[in-house]
Amino acid sequence: MSNTFEPKILGILCNWCSYTGADLAGTARLKYPPNVMSVRVMCSGRVDPGFVLDAFRHGADGVLVCGCHPGDCHYVEGNYKVMRRIPLTHRLLEGMGIDPKRLRLEWVSASEGVKFQQVITEFTEQIRALGPIQLKEVAFAPDEHGGNGHVTDKKLAGEEV
Amino acid sequence: MPKPKLAVYWAASCGGCDIAILDIEAKILDVADFFDLVLWPCAADFKYKDVEALPDKSITLTLFNGAIRSDENLHIARMLREKSVVMVAFGSCASDGCIPGLANLYSLDEIMDYSYKSAPSMESGTKTMPQPKTQVEEGELTIPTLWNTVRTLAQCVDVDYYIPGCPPQSDQIAAVIGAVIDILKNNKPLPPKGTVLGATEKSCCDECPRERNVKKIREFHRPYEIIPDPNICLLEQGIVCCGPATRGGCGAKCVTANMACRGCYGVPPGVRDQGAKMVSAIASVVDSTDPEEIEEIMKGIADPVGTFYRFTLADSFLRRTQK
Ligand code: SF4
Ligand code: SF4
Ligand code: SF4
Ligand code: FES
Repeated sequence: MSNTFEPKILGILCNWCSYTGADLAGTARLKYPPNVMSVRVMCSGRVDPGFVLDAFRHGADGVLVCGCHPGDCHYVEGNYKVMRRIPLTHRLLEGMGIDPKRLRLEWVSASEGVKFQQVITEFTEQIRALGPIQLKEVAFAPDEHGGNGHVTDKKLAGEEV
Repeated sequence: MPKPKLAVYWAASCGGCDIAILDIEAKILDVADFFDLVLWPCAADFKYKDVEALPDKSITLTLFNGAIRSDENLHIARMLREKSVVMVAFGSCASDGCIPGLANLYSLDEIMDYSYKSAPSMESGTKTMPQPKTQVEEGELTIPTLWNTVRTLAQCVDVDYYIPGCPPQSDQIAAVIGAVIDILKNNKPLPPKGTVLGATEKSCCDECPRERNVKKIREFHRPYEIIPDPNICLLEQGIVCCGPATRGGCGAKCVTANMACRGCYGVPPGVRDQGAKMVSAIASVVDSTDPEEIEEIMKGIADPVGTFYRFTLADSFLRRTQK
């Protein structure tokens, strides 16, 4: 199974540098794995650690956050904010039994199409090696997505409660 | 007119919430006067079978404290939900999982093994473990089975309102009970479902009298390591204070006693995950733009999961350890 595992990775890219860098990788027709699904935010400083945790509990195998290089943020210090959040988020993940290597922060400028290609390739391979995230399913009732999310006897029976 | 019925229940709880209700002092007489008490295991000897015999929706108000972590907890929660018009998750355990929810950092096997075999206080070599079923001469004895995952009340049954706090402050309880009596007496409309009662719509910091100067810090301290200035924000003095990630309502009780807020009122409005919010709050006071230095400074926080999720782990995004 493991050699056919295709990781699902959420990429959160800042509008001014990294998303443009990704765009450049595309227009330059650089090849990289299709596993990263990108979401654009105005600034990496917008990335709340809650986005990361929410992504994992919805089954993301990895989360990649990309912003402008330090000193280059269009909002001056948004990327310093995320730079301070990530190490503590890593420790939260570790404490919750999720390998912190599943979350990565990278600086990608608008001209670094090649770096974007490398980061995506490398991170995808790293997550592939880590394998699929295995959540304790029963704890993940679909509370915000239809259904009332309540524990049912069916869920309790047979499953690890 | 018959009196409206009231039930108070404890599931996986410490009993503190029941005591907090008794702590409303003379107001408890209004409660006894206005309501017909049908269940309150902590205070009086009612029988489950009498409550089970009541028609559905015949209990006007149930104040349910305690988390759900066994078949028995679930059974009573469902039964009371059926019988009650208004179901209130009372206190942090029922609302957020609270301290019992920290069991979600381990598996049930690990917990049982530690509690009954390997804890230093256990006689070594003991093999006695609680069994769900035991045969004795008189027949079969059963005890409820514990779950691997501790859950909040709302993860198990429909909840109408929440009263946060570990335990909720007695003046807040008195105010809520006063408001409920007023609503029922005068036929006023109930607040919208899901409303958090007995708390504010802001964070604990909002009630905190300490001065804030956006001072940047380069080192964290455990509370015993320094004597904090009584007038300045604790977080700005390098003491992890969960005020920014906690709902107001207690009157900043701990903070005014020179102790950091530990987060018992749960998430403030607009916040879903207390730990994530705390990470952001901490990040915003750290004064460094050097990744290695940041890593070092953050090491000063001994136990992020246990500190940021002390009361809300079971209701956080990840809910339990995923190992
Ligand atoms: S919320 Fe606090 S006081 Fe109430 S039962 Fe739980 S641990 Fe005890
Ligand atoms: S962080 Fe704590 S000490 Fe600082 S303002 Fe908020 S509640 Fe008060
Ligand atoms: S200050 Fe924080 S921990 Fe203390 S009672 Fe208030 S909400 Fe709870
Ligand atoms: S705009 Fe790119 S990191 Fe802030």
